[in-house]
Amino acid sequence: MSTEQEARRGVVRDSLGVAIATGTYGLSFGAVGVASGLDVAQTCALSLVMFTGASQFAMAGVLGSGGTPLAGALTALLLGTRNTLYGLRMAPLLGYRGWRRIAAAQVLIDESTAMSVTRPSRELARTGFLTTGLTIFVLWNLTTLAGAVAGEQLGDPRDLGLDAAVGAAFLALLWPRLSTPVLRATAVLAALVAAGAVTVTPAGVPVLVAAGVAVLVGALTR
Amino acid sequence: MIWWAVLGAGVGCYLLKLAGLSVPAKVLGNPLVARIADLIPVALLAALVTVQVLAAPEGRALVLDARLLALGVAVLLLLARAPFLVVVFGSAAAAALVRLL
Repeated sequence: MSTEQEARRGVVRDSLGVAIATGTYGLSFGAVGVASGLDVAQTCALSLVMFTGASQFAMAGVLGSGGTPLAGALTALLLGTRNTLYGLRMAPLLGYRGWRRIAAAQVLIDESTAMSVTRPSRELARTGFLTTGLTIFVLWNLTTLAGAVAGEQLGDPRDLGLDAAVGAAFLALLWPRLSTPVLRATAVLAALVAAGAVTVTPAGVPVLVAAGVAVLVGALTR
Repeated sequence: MIWWAVLGAGVGCYLLKLAGLSVPAKVLGNPLVARIADLIPVALLAALVTVQVLAAPEGRALVLDARLLALGVAVLLLLARAPFLVVVFGSAAAAALVRLL
């Protein structure tokens, strides 16, 4: 076996490890989706079409806490903007054009970017990106369906603590991002602003107001 | 209405991904834009944690209930480097248990 094949197998192995661990989160999204008042079809549609975990949890979370569909959609879109930045980094690395680019865009998420961006060659970058992205897409959609169907049959989501699971899911998504003092300060400030806004604005709006903290901190630091 | 929001935001999120793969890098190379884009997920996720855990279900008020205790359990699980599913369902189990008692 050549070293090239060996490197390729290593990338596939690492990618599958990450993808299988991540793909099963869909179980919690499915349960949270129906607990937030979406039906099974709407929960599954989010995983199929939106396919970006934090945005999906945000949409379900805002709707579940009484926010309007518009506030839910805006929060999801704002969280989706980071995928645009991933795309900017990945475009020269992957070098896709035409229909390949159109198809690749759907599986452009945190994990496929992470498993691709450090590779030394275009071929290995593509291998990491596609293995991770496609495996997660398949698993995420299957586990969303399983979680949504199971959640719907389990009865009152509050008795099962599923309302608390939404906060835990957001915290678990936030946790690995708190790597610098500026990021931690931004998180604390945004949490305080949101808590204040809860008492004076309609549901769904506090989260959007807190996005202003990111703009402010970004403008004031360098 | 919910269907429109689900599909509209879904297609919008896809177009955000496609835009990144299609735009020449220097267009969004502005360091201020990059910095803010880096901070937005952190601010939004922190705000979402707060709202999910502290907002009263009836709206426009903050309450302390089983959800805050469940978040504490989530913090402990994250400190112990537990996997995502264990954090989420462990926290849910804690809230369910407190309400049962």
